[in-house]
Amino acid sequence: MPTLPHLVVAPVVLPLVAAMLMLLLGSRRRVLASVINAAAALLGLGVAAAILWQVDAGGDRGATAVYLASNWEAPFGIVLVADRLSALLLVLTGTVAFSAALYAMSAWGRAGVYFHPLFQLLLMGLNGAFLTGDLFNLFVFFEVALAASYGLHLHGSGTARVKSGLHYIAVNLVASSLFLIGIAVVYGITGTLTMADIAATVPQVADADRGLLHAGAALLATAFLIKAAMWPVNFWLVPTYQAASAPVAALFALMTRLGVYTLLRLWTLCFSAEAGASARLGADLFVVGGLATLLFGTIGMIADRPLARVAGFSILVSSGTLLAALGLGSEAALSAALYYLLSATVAASALFLLVEQIERMASGGSARLAELDPEPDEDTNLDDAEMPLVGRRLPIPLALLGLGFMICAVLVAGLPPLSGFVAKLALLSAVMRPIVDGGPTTAPAAGWLLFAALLLSGLVALVVMAKAGIRHFWTSSAPPLPPVKFVEALPILLLMLAGVGLTLRAEDVLRYAGATARELATPAAYVEAVFSADPRPGPTRPAGRAEAAP
Amino acid sequence: MEAILALVIGVLAGSGVWLVLRPRTFQVVLGLVLLSYAVNLFIFSVGSLVVARPPLVVPGAPTDLAHHSDPVPQALVLTAIVIGFATTALFLVVLLASRGLHRTDHVDGLEDFA
Repeated sequence: MPTLPHLVVAPVVLPLVAAMLMLLLGSRRRVLASVINAAAALLGLGVAAAILWQVDAGGDRGATAVYLASNWEAPFGIVLVADRLSALLLVLTGTVAFSAALYAMSAWGRAGVYFHPLFQLLLMGLNGAFLTGDLFNLFVFFEVALAASYGLHLHGSGTARVKSGLHYIAVNLVASSLFLIGIAVVYGITGTLTMADIAATVPQVADADRGLLHAGAALLATAFLIKAAMWPVNFWLVPTYQAASAPVAALFALMTRLGVYTLLRLWTLCFSAEAGASARLGADLFVVGGLATLLFGTIGMIADRPLARVAGFSILVSSGTLLAALGLGSEAALSAALYYLLSATVAASALFLLVEQIERMASGGSARLAELDPEPDEDTNLDDAEMPLVGRRLPIPLALLGLGFMICAVLVAGLPPLSGFVAKLALLSAVMRPIVDGGPTTAPAAGWLLFAALLLSGLVALVVMAKAGIRHFWTSSAPPLPPVKFVEALPILLLMLAGVGLTLRAEDVLRYAGATARELATPAAYVEAVFSADPRPGPTRPAGRAEAAP
Repeated sequence: MEAILALVIGVLAGSGVWLVLRPRTFQVVLGLVLLSYAVNLFIFSVGSLVVARPPLVVPGAPTDLAHHSDPVPQALVLTAIVIGFATTALFLVVLLASRGLHRTDHVDGLEDFA
């Protein structure tokens, strides 16, 4: 068992405490708040890495850390479960969040009030949703993340933001309603909300009730697919991500992954191959929908010019790829998809940050910055310690931006030598190996289609990025020196280093992804881990609390 | 009782969906509110539709599920109400901002030319 028993709950508590601290500071001391924000994000990354290390050190079995949130054993209380999949996503969240928090230190965090507390609350929602093992608690964490994301999306205001925000909120409120109906139906059939308990109950559901259970699962899936942006419920995504400020868009790249994660978690757990009559429910639909999303994203990439929209469509491409791989469901495909998830998310986040720098350059230097950079408040102490860090100009920004853009393009298009290529190669070989070997395959046609779509999307991404690169970097009419600030360059660099690190340590990461996929393929171990967690004995075992009251 | 409740939920959800698809922001808000009412009633009905069997342990009464309604959906519905209320309030703010910025209450910020 873990050396630090409360470590599992830390990714939820830490952002909450940080957000409260910043609220206590008030809305005037924004520089201090931004420092706390970045520090908390870094600490969160450290905690996530510690959890990952702990989970991975447990070997093949017994690695799953279970935390009983109110000290009630499994089916009665809320459980937080850190297995390999959760830990992986926590680390990914930590990486992207730290970069976005650093980036926001320079300008965006000062453009309005409460940016930083909302940022931390979004993190809390994301981390909680990755950790929780309770269906209703998942809903609560979803709502925490979404509520914070509404505020963050509108941050900076402006017509485009308010308009796309209106659509974004309306779509998500409807999705939340579907989510709730799905939860209610599943609870009505299985009589439990703990995911592990649902997984244990699903094979035993009476035949008369199975249709209803599947209807409930379909409603849940619809809600998650709206968040994961599957075609045809993804039209909200591109305008929203385009309108959001850069650090927020980088975080939003994670929010799409939340939908994918939830589907992955619930479908491998509750509707696995061992789930009797409900085995692999709707897997074909995931493949079809994933392929459609992939093609839609590819067409969108080539059809649209603004770079922020291209970046949004690249999110759709990766979402579609992940959904299709999830639908194929073989262990090799899942393991490759997990590696792809890391690579694609890091690349998309870096791209969103970079796009803003490029647009700022295109708009003639600091035109956009000036409008959002308000004159500092009188008691905002800008010029002491922070100014050298925040305000330093880099000498060779254009070359740096160009190089960064090139790395991003290579990552997004999946060209060698960076991690995007490794991810695509792993995916392609996972898809094709069963077909080439001539073994029993579920859907060879889907495999071939995915193969073709992946290659096509890579080609299109390359063409689009090359065109954009030429447009922005080579057709320059003596551009003014763009003001790339040190704190804005650093996070982009960090994310790219993460991409390079994924490439250099590809073998380790793929081994971990393989172990994760094996773990996902044996849901019985997860169920057993959750049920074998004992409450801590003590004279003051808390009295009964209503389940899932936040 | 089941038939009436089902009808109520159905009518609320149907009206809600219709309103959500309307082009004016205020209609959308009302639609979302009606939808959340329908959802809340639905969650509540998932427990068991019984009268006068509160999920309280009363001395003397037998402690089995035949004599108590299921407390979990009631807890769930409380949470759902709170969350739905908060997000709807937030949506209203965005609605007002959109109205002020676009000078119209169309969801796309544009008056249609029909």
